[in-house]
Amino acid sequence: MAEPVIELKNITKSFGPVDVLKGVDLKAYAGKVTALVGDNGAGKSTLIKGLSGVQPYDGGEVHFEGQAVNIHDPRQASALGIEVVYQDLALCENLDIVQNMFLGREETQNGTLSEPTMELEATQALQSLSVRTVKSVRQKVSSLSGGQRQTVAIARSVLRNAKLVILDEPTAALGVAQTEQVLNLVRRLADSGVAVIIISHNLVDVFKVCDDIAVLYLGRMVAQIETKKTNQTDVVGYITGTKTYEGSK
Amino acid sequence: MSKLETSQMSAPLPPQAIASGHEGNLRDQISAYGSRLKNGEMGALPAVGALAVLTALFASLSPFFLTKLNIANLFVQAAELTTLAVALVFVILLAEIDLSAGVTAGVAMDIFYLSVKAGMPWQLGVVVALVFGALVGAILGYFVAKIGVPSFVVTLAFFLAFQGLALVLLGDGGLFRVDIPEIKSIMNESLPIWGGWALLVIMVGLSAGMGFWDRARRAKQGLVNRPVSILAIKLATITILGGGTIFLLNLNRSQNELKPIAGVPIVIPFVLALLFLGNFFLDRTRFGRHLYAVGGNPEAARRAGIKVGAIRIAAFMITSSLAVVSGLFHVSRIGVVEASAGRSIVLSGVAAAVVGGVSLFGGRGKLIHAAIGAMVISMIDNGLGLLGLSAGISFLVTGSVLALAATIDALSRKRSGSSTLRS
Repeated sequence: MAEPVIELKNITKSFGPVDVLKGVDLKAYAGKVTALVGDNGAGKSTLIKGLSGVQPYDGGEVHFEGQAVNIHDPRQASALGIEVVYQDLALCENLDIVQNMFLGREETQNGTLSEPTMELEATQALQSLSVRTVKSVRQKVSSLSGGQRQTVAIARSVLRNAKLVILDEPTAALGVAQTEQVLNLVRRLADSGVAVIIISHNLVDVFKVCDDIAVLYLGRMVAQIETKKTNQTDVVGYITGTKTYEGSK
Repeated sequence: MSKLETSQMSAPLPPQAIASGHEGNLRDQISAYGSRLKNGEMGALPAVGALAVLTALFASLSPFFLTKLNIANLFVQAAELTTLAVALVFVILLAEIDLSAGVTAGVAMDIFYLSVKAGMPWQLGVVVALVFGALVGAILGYFVAKIGVPSFVVTLAFFLAFQGLALVLLGDGGLFRVDIPEIKSIMNESLPIWGGWALLVIMVGLSAGMGFWDRARRAKQGLVNRPVSILAIKLATITILGGGTIFLLNLNRSQNELKPIAGVPIVIPFVLALLFLGNFFLDRTRFGRHLYAVGGNPEAARRAGIKVGAIRIAAFMITSSLAVVSGLFHVSRIGVVEASAGRSIVLSGVAAAVVGGVSLFGGRGKLIHAAIGAMVISMIDNGLGLLGLSAGISFLVTGSVLALAATIDALSRKRSGSSTLRS
C-alpha cells in the first residue's frame, strides 16, 4: 500500500492526572476519506488539536509524508499542508466569499490587494470541487446558508493546497439536501488527491463517504478498518466498547 | 496551484461559471443593488436621504440657509467633525469605542501650544502633537488588546484623566491665543479660484484613473466587468456635485463689498485627501482587509493567522492621531487653546459615524459614511442655529437622529442575520 500522508504512532496526551490519549495510532492516505469516530470524551478533539498544532502531543511520533515532524503551532501545521475546517467554520460574515477564502494570505502587488487574481483563483477552487450552489463569489458570507458556508470553508483548504484536510463534524448543523452536497464535496476533495479525516457522530454519513473508519474508545484506537469490511452494528459496538475488534481477516 | 491546474486540464471550465456580481447590464446591476438594500446592506443611503430632507426643510424655513456664505460656513464647520468621525471609524469597525479621542486632541493641542511658546517651530510642534496622539492610541490599544480592559472603560478613564491633564498643562480657566498664520489659514482662508478647479480635476482624474485601472486589471484576468456606464454615472455625479459646489464656493460670498471672499476653504482639500488615503488603506491593503475581518469575527481572523492584537493597537493609534488632526482644525478655527477643548465633540463624532451608516457592531461601514453623517449633524446644528432655536433644541434633534440611526443599524443587522436562515 502507498505511504500514508499522515501517520501517528503511539500518541499520548495528558491533562494533569487525566490520560486522554493512551498510545494512539492513526494513518490517513491521499485520496481517501478516513472517519474518526468515537463517543464524547474518547479523545477525538484532543487528537485533532495535536495535528493542527493548537495543543501539541505529550509523546509519540508524527510522520508527515514519511518524515518525522514535531507540530507545535498552527502556522507550522498550515505550512506542512494540514488544514482544519472547524465545526463553527470561522468565517467572517461581513466579508465576501473571495475575501474569506484568502483571509490571512491575501495576494498583493506593490502593497495593494490583487482582487482580480484572488477572485479568479477562488472561482477556480470552487469549480475544481464542482460547486454549483454558490450564486456569486462576491456574495457576503452573511447571506449564505449553512451548507454554502461549509462549502466555502472546505474550498478554502483547496486554495491553500492542503495535503491533509481535517473536517470537524462538517454536517452536524445541516439539513438533508445540504448534508448530501457537503458529503459529495468531501468525496471530490479526496478524489483530487487530498487525504481527508472526518470527525463525525453520524454513522450513516460515515458509511456513505468514508473509505476507512478509525474508532477511538477511551483514549485508545480500538479499530482502523476499511469501511467495506465492516458494518454499522460492529462499529457501534467498537464505539461503545461492547465489541472488540479482532483484526481484519 | 498545481493541483488546480491539473484538475483544470482534465476538465477545462469556462473562467466565470460562477458569477461575481459584475455580470449583466445596467438594469441587472440596479436590481442587484435593490436586493442588497432589501437584505439590510443600506450603507449611507438613509443618511443621504436625511441630507436631502434637511436641505429642503431648512431651505424652506430660512432664507439664509442656501446663501453662499452659509454653505461655505457649513463646509468649514463640518470639516472638523468629519475628521473626528473618520478617525473614530477605525475603532468602531472593530466594535470598539474611543471616548477619549476629543480630549486627546485637546491635550495634544495644549502640548503643541506650549512647545511653540517654548520656541519650537510650529511645524515641529504639529509633529509632536501627532506623535503624542499615536502614543496615546498605542497605550489605549495595549490596554484593550493585551490586557483585555473593555475599550469603553479605558477610554472613559482617559477621557476623565485628560480633562485633568489639560487643566494642569494650561492652568485653571486657561485660554490662550494661537497666533500662527499658517495654522489659522486652514479654516479661515480659501484657495485661489484656479485651485478649486484644480481640485476638481484631481478628484475626477483620480476616480477615473482608478476606475479604469480596476477594469483593466479584471479584464487582464479574463474576468467580467460591470457595464462601463456605471463608472460613467459615478464620474458624472462627482463632476456635477463637485463642480457645482466648487463653482458656488468660487463666487464672492462676502457681505462687505470692499473685502471679497471667494474660493474653496483650504481645509476642504485636506479632508478630501484624508478620505481618499483612508479609503485606499481600508479597501486596497491587507491591513484594511484584516481590520474588517477582526471587526467581523475576531476568532476567525485569529485562526486565519491575523495578528489580532496588533491590528487593534494600530486602529487605536490611527484614531488618536487623526483625532489630533481634527483638534488642529478646531484650534485653527477658533484661534485659541483651552482646557475644556474636545469634551463634547467626541460624542458628536460617534453620532456622525453611526448616523452615516457605520455599524457599532463592528465590521461594516466606510469612511465616506462617516463624512456624510458628519454633514447631517453639522447641517442640523447650522440650520437650527439659523432658525434662532436654542442649543437645547439642537441637542434634542441630534439625539433623536442618532437614536433613529442606531435603530436602523440594529434592524438591518437583524435582517442580514435572518437571511442566513434561508437555505
